[in-house]
Amino acid sequence: MSLWDYANPRKFMELSGRVLPGLVALTVLTLGAGLVWGFFFTPDDYRQGAAVKIIFIHVPAAMMAVNAWIMMLVASLIWLIRRHHVSALAARAAAPVGMVMTLIGLFTGAVWGQPIWMTWWAWDPRLTSFLVLFLFYLGYIALWAAIPEPETASDLTAVLCMVGTIFAVLSRYAVNFWSRGLHQGASLSLDRAENISDVFWYPLILCMAGFGLLFVTLVLVRTRTAIRQRRVQALALRESRGH
Amino acid sequence: MPDPGKYMDVVLLAWGGTFLLLGLLVAVTVWQSRAARRALADAGAAGGEGS
Repeated sequence: MSLWDYANPRKFMELSGRVLPGLVALTVLTLGAGLVWGFFFTPDDYRQGAAVKIIFIHVPAAMMAVNAWIMMLVASLIWLIRRHHVSALAARAAAPVGMVMTLIGLFTGAVWGQPIWMTWWAWDPRLTSFLVLFLFYLGYIALWAAIPEPETASDLTAVLCMVGTIFAVLSRYAVNFWSRGLHQGASLSLDRAENISDVFWYPLILCMAGFGLLFVTLVLVRTRTAIRQRRVQALALRESRGH
Repeated sequence: MPDPGKYMDVVLLAWGGTFLLLGLLVAVTVWQSRAARRALADAGAAGGEGS
């Protein structure tokens, strides 16, 4: 059986229906364990105090805000090249999840910035590019909603998705491209000397995995919903033509 | 040097806001899923088809 067989909506519904209960359980376990560990069992930072605990939601949310565009890009390219409707619907399903992740990244960053940087907001490259990324999500969702014809909507949103993905990658590396700004460099590094302390690193990995699983779970559920909605529309159309 | 316990209000605000946003997202997702399932069942029944 080929991977492309799952682009068939019926096969996709069967497989995702089998996978979802286990995925939900794994998401709750991973995210729950990561958040409880991060909140209750990590020490305060010697400079930031308890504010360091915001890292366990801010970093995973910001990571998913960018990664969602990568997933949407892959799904959009599959649509453009192979015209599989499920992939277009999956890209559409991911956008609101990515948008909420971006909003969480912006909100938690602002709340953290107030006591540490003494300001809620600054027109810093990373902050500004994340705000624009949030607006890209809004534009993408609005474009889907504005075009009633599904194939045209899938085509146009796929093009917008490519632009959004480039911007998402730019915003990911904004702190490296533009050295001026309040936002510090990456907290995570493969270099042990550069990376954050293990006492924060292990629960953070768990939180990142949990946010990733939450994203996959929500996108699967939302894609299944979109397939059902499309099926309802097809049945209604058939009904109206029959009378 | 900031007092370590000093920023707990900030932490609670950030975590509370995050739970609120994620809770809303999950609730809307589940609600839409149930509505679509119901609509398909109704449409299937009316058109003589299942889901």
